[in-house]
Amino acid sequence: MNRLVILGTGTAGTMIANKLRHRLEQDEWSITVVDRDDEHHYQPGYLFVPFGGYTHEQVVRSRRAFLADGVDFVVGSVERVEPDEDVVLLESGQMLPYDQLVIATGTTPRPDQTPGMLGPEWRRSIFDFYTLEGAEALAEALSRFESGRLVVHITEMPIKCPVAPLEFTFLAEAWLRERGIRDRVEVVYVTPLDGAFTQPVASAHLGGMLEERKVHVETDFMVERIDTEQRMLVSYDEREIPFDLLVTVPLNMGADFLAASGLGDELNYVRVDKHTQLSRQFDNIFAIGDASDIPASKAGSVAHFSVDIFVGNFLEHIAGLPMTGAFDGHANCFVESGHDKALLIDFNYDTEPLPGKYPFPVVGPMDLLKETRTNHLGKLAFRWIYWNVLLPGRPVPLPALMSMAGKHIPTSEHETKEA
Amino acid sequence: MPTTTIDGNEIHVDDEGFMTRYDEWTEELGTALAAQIGVEMDDEHWKAIRFLRRDFPVQEETPTLRRVATVGQIPTKQLFSLFPKKPAKKMAYIAGLPKPRGCV
Repeated sequence: MNRLVILGTGTAGTMIANKLRHRLEQDEWSITVVDRDDEHHYQPGYLFVPFGGYTHEQVVRSRRAFLADGVDFVVGSVERVEPDEDVVLLESGQMLPYDQLVIATGTTPRPDQTPGMLGPEWRRSIFDFYTLEGAEALAEALSRFESGRLVVHITEMPIKCPVAPLEFTFLAEAWLRERGIRDRVEVVYVTPLDGAFTQPVASAHLGGMLEERKVHVETDFMVERIDTEQRMLVSYDEREIPFDLLVTVPLNMGADFLAASGLGDELNYVRVDKHTQLSRQFDNIFAIGDASDIPASKAGSVAHFSVDIFVGNFLEHIAGLPMTGAFDGHANCFVESGHDKALLIDFNYDTEPLPGKYPFPVVGPMDLLKETRTNHLGKLAFRWIYWNVLLPGRPVPLPALMSMAGKHIPTSEHETKEA
Repeated sequence: MPTTTIDGNEIHVDDEGFMTRYDEWTEELGTALAAQIGVEMDDEHWKAIRFLRRDFPVQEETPTLRRVATVGQIPTKQLFSLFPKKPAKKMAYIAGLPKPRGCV
């Protein structure tokens, strides 16, 4: 009996377990998945929680309930992997030997990595929204917020769902307006990047949207520490940004056990080939989703599209054949912009987000890089698709690789604001 | 792919002036590139630039600021004082490496 062990049952791990269970014979391959608890969170839902949009129950389900029959689920924390021995050690002392290992343990916000962040102001005037508890605490704080400086801040790239801080800013701005207190609040967007976003066309477009909303953008800001007495962000080059309410995206890191296993880079991401996601060090270890170091967005859509390519590659790999699928870094993200509208962006390793129609040329129905109500409804509908189609491993009728059909390449004048 | 001439050497660069061919770079060229962006090279600057040059062929990408700080062991604070305002970009420019990828 061959053994496949999958670490992590988020979007990538769950989809892989379910898709491979249907493709691997039960009497030839066992599939064991490991996670530290039995709570699967619909993470895109966190964004709406601070504004009272979603409840706890709408974003949390049982992990086990989404796993196909014939997949063994082990609840436990990973101590380390011993890649030379082909075994995973759990903190409980349990050992899980494997023939093939898939690492899908994602990335986690680490407020402990910035001095002052986890200090006395944490969840008093400093909040995150990348955890459900953080988003819920922020909902409470926002309901009491009447005036002052609201600072939205990104600590360092890469982060999970890199458009989410922009979405949060757009939603907060709209929400302040709806409550009639926008003129009493100064909104500041602080980023280590040199624009609103990384890619030139999208950065110029999204930057323009911040400007329209009178959000001040502070660029190239690398935070060194938070001064909790004076309540301000302090950068390495000694700039200071005071806040009354700070909504920060802490440093994101892969799981600590990857460092202990010698598999992680300086942020604990697993170094892999960007097309096959096979480890660069070990021929029987893959890393999929946010846990890998591929130069793509850390996002559920990337996990989803890459799993589609991975499954075919994995079957070839265990048959001793060369892997013929090549993932292109395809990402597809809705960007909420407030007042029940959203944009959609679609891009990959080589092609930045461009305007146009998606998924079909001319008819759409989604508009790329443009605020529409249809895009917003698409984002809301996706929660149902996630639970009912995506996680169970049923086919989603969207191509895994990015297509240029329906996209327009703009001519030079309006897009290339310095990236 | 555009070319430009710096210090008498013709080099291949991208639209923003970042060198695109690893092997065209020399330390003399590094000094000239640094001067173009107002950086006068001393031993501390070279320690960082040489780390970038060593790291690139192994990792196949320009190291991030964090990597220079943790693996190259030069504190971030110092990198900001050596290469003010935009250290990651400036180091890549001087070291003749691609602009560090904006992580999407």
